[in-house]
Amino acid sequence: MSISLDEVNRIAKLARINFSDEEKQKFPSELSAILDYVGQLKKLEDQTLPTVEDPDAVNRMRTDVAEGQADPEIFLNQAPNRQGKFIKVKSVLE
Amino acid sequence: MEFQDLTIKSASELLAQKEISAKELAQLSQDRIRAVDNQIHAFLYIAEQESKALAKQADDLIDQGENFVLTGVPYAVKDNILVKGLQATAGSKILENYKATYNATVINKLNQHLPVLMGKTNLDEFGMGASTENSAFGPTKNPHDQSRVPGGSSGGSAAAVAAGEVLFALGTDTGGSVRQPAAFCGVVGLKPTYGRASRYGLIALGSSLDQPGVLAKTVEDAALVFQVIAGADKMDSTTLPKMVADYSSFLKEDLKGLKIGVPKEYLIDGMDPEVREVINNTINKAQELGAVVSETSLPHSEYSLACYYIILPVEISANLSRYDGVRYGLSAVGNSLEEVYYNSRSTGFGAEPKRRIIIGTYASSSGYYDAYYKKARSAQELIRKDFIDAFQKFDLLLTPTTPTPAFKFGEKSDPLSMYLADIFTVGLNIAGVPGLSIPAGVSGEGLPIGAQLIAPHFMEEKLFWAGHALEKALNLKLKPL
Repeated sequence: MSISLDEVNRIAKLARINFSDEEKQKFPSELSAILDYVGQLKKLEDQTLPTVEDPDAVNRMRTDVAEGQADPEIFLNQAPNRQGKFIKVKSVLE
Repeated sequence: MEFQDLTIKSASELLAQKEISAKELAQLSQDRIRAVDNQIHAFLYIAEQESKALAKQADDLIDQGENFVLTGVPYAVKDNILVKGLQATAGSKILENYKATYNATVINKLNQHLPVLMGKTNLDEFGMGASTENSAFGPTKNPHDQSRVPGGSSGGSAAAVAAGEVLFALGTDTGGSVRQPAAFCGVVGLKPTYGRASRYGLIALGSSLDQPGVLAKTVEDAALVFQVIAGADKMDSTTLPKMVADYSSFLKEDLKGLKIGVPKEYLIDGMDPEVREVINNTINKAQELGAVVSETSLPHSEYSLACYYIILPVEISANLSRYDGVRYGLSAVGNSLEEVYYNSRSTGFGAEPKRRIIIGTYASSSGYYDAYYKKARSAQELIRKDFIDAFQKFDLLLTPTTPTPAFKFGEKSDPLSMYLADIFTVGLNIAGVPGLSIPAGVSGEGLPIGAQLIAPHFMEEKLFWAGHALEKALNLKLKPL
């Protein structure tokens, strides 16, 4: 199965990615080859997934209480733009 | 004795007997890095000041007589594992200027024993690759032949250990990223059971497949490191509260009582004859050591790689959505918020992450989910069951780690041929079982060839048992660099 440049562009938009000219040239054929390869699974019947057998594999809960004392400055300083206690971004609404 | 000939075990004895200090050992490691890393480029960051401070603490601990076997031992960490205050690029431009804000659990656990961190090692971008050619910061070279790749994605960690720059290194393994470079560089590489060691503080690639792993010179050394990093962690709810064995007590010199299966799907017509010969020789050695070895089958092996290249990209597309140029990492300019997203991601990610994000977004998108992701999950259950069934009859499985020895730079230029380099390793991640690659032979061109041992879930001790006995019996003398 092959994937067209239009289809690649449609998916890229969902993932918020643009391509360089070189990538535009190469990607449709490279991605088609990969999709052809993984497409061999289509011949498998769908399986009903068995329940987990490991008795230790159970959901573990904890109370929603903050632990430790991370300094917010450490995290804010990683942001490319900040203003006071806030991370600054371009306006979301036009 | 030269620094590059030391193991954790031998260095630890020298430290305990005060024949050398942690400070001196760190200096020797530093000197070795300075002498050889300009040739192999295993390191992305050399922690010169940090290692001096850690060595001082280690010497204090030794003086107090409170030291552990890893205390003062120089090691390296793959640059997708967080060490507070240090860079964690994951081999990507998008994290080039990021500094880790906390320690990974595996680092916290090691810090309790005070080994000395010498630096952060190179990798394929976010762990996507089998050669380090996908690193945004240039590839690492194989210490056995610099025209060849070290394997990947933990190629920097494997090369650093093989070249004698450090005594062990941490890596991560999502589809073979510890075992495949270990095989290519002639060192020992362990991928634990999924859920055995904490993923907290690993930069996520495929969250249902990732595990931190160990690269070391000997099986015994790998067991000593794994002893420290194994175990449940409340910060990673996919770790299970299973008892952690005393791994060193399993290091025996014979294989009496062990039943080892050789899955026929891993020894196929047309495979590299030298790899086949090395595996045949390893089988013979196992029999001489008292193991009962026979052929078995993992009938759905042929689907492993296809299954992996659906499940992994789907998880990648979700995990890499966090890199948006807003909170940390590379932020490109744009006229709107959306343009900031597009520009940051498009300039920050290399070609391979982009390819996988597209595949993953496609395979999980409306209309394609049933044809791809659902099929892959079905294949995963079949593959998992193959292993569980095989372990009804066998204690361990034995396979080649890789189809060929280390290949040349540029040799696998189309993505699919690079994916095939992991064909023997991905099945274990799909099934969640642990694996250990040990150096098992040398090709005519002097390149290491690895054998992979596979154990049932949470039975890493069997890997160490068989790995140690085979290592002693094979008695390989590799001569890197």
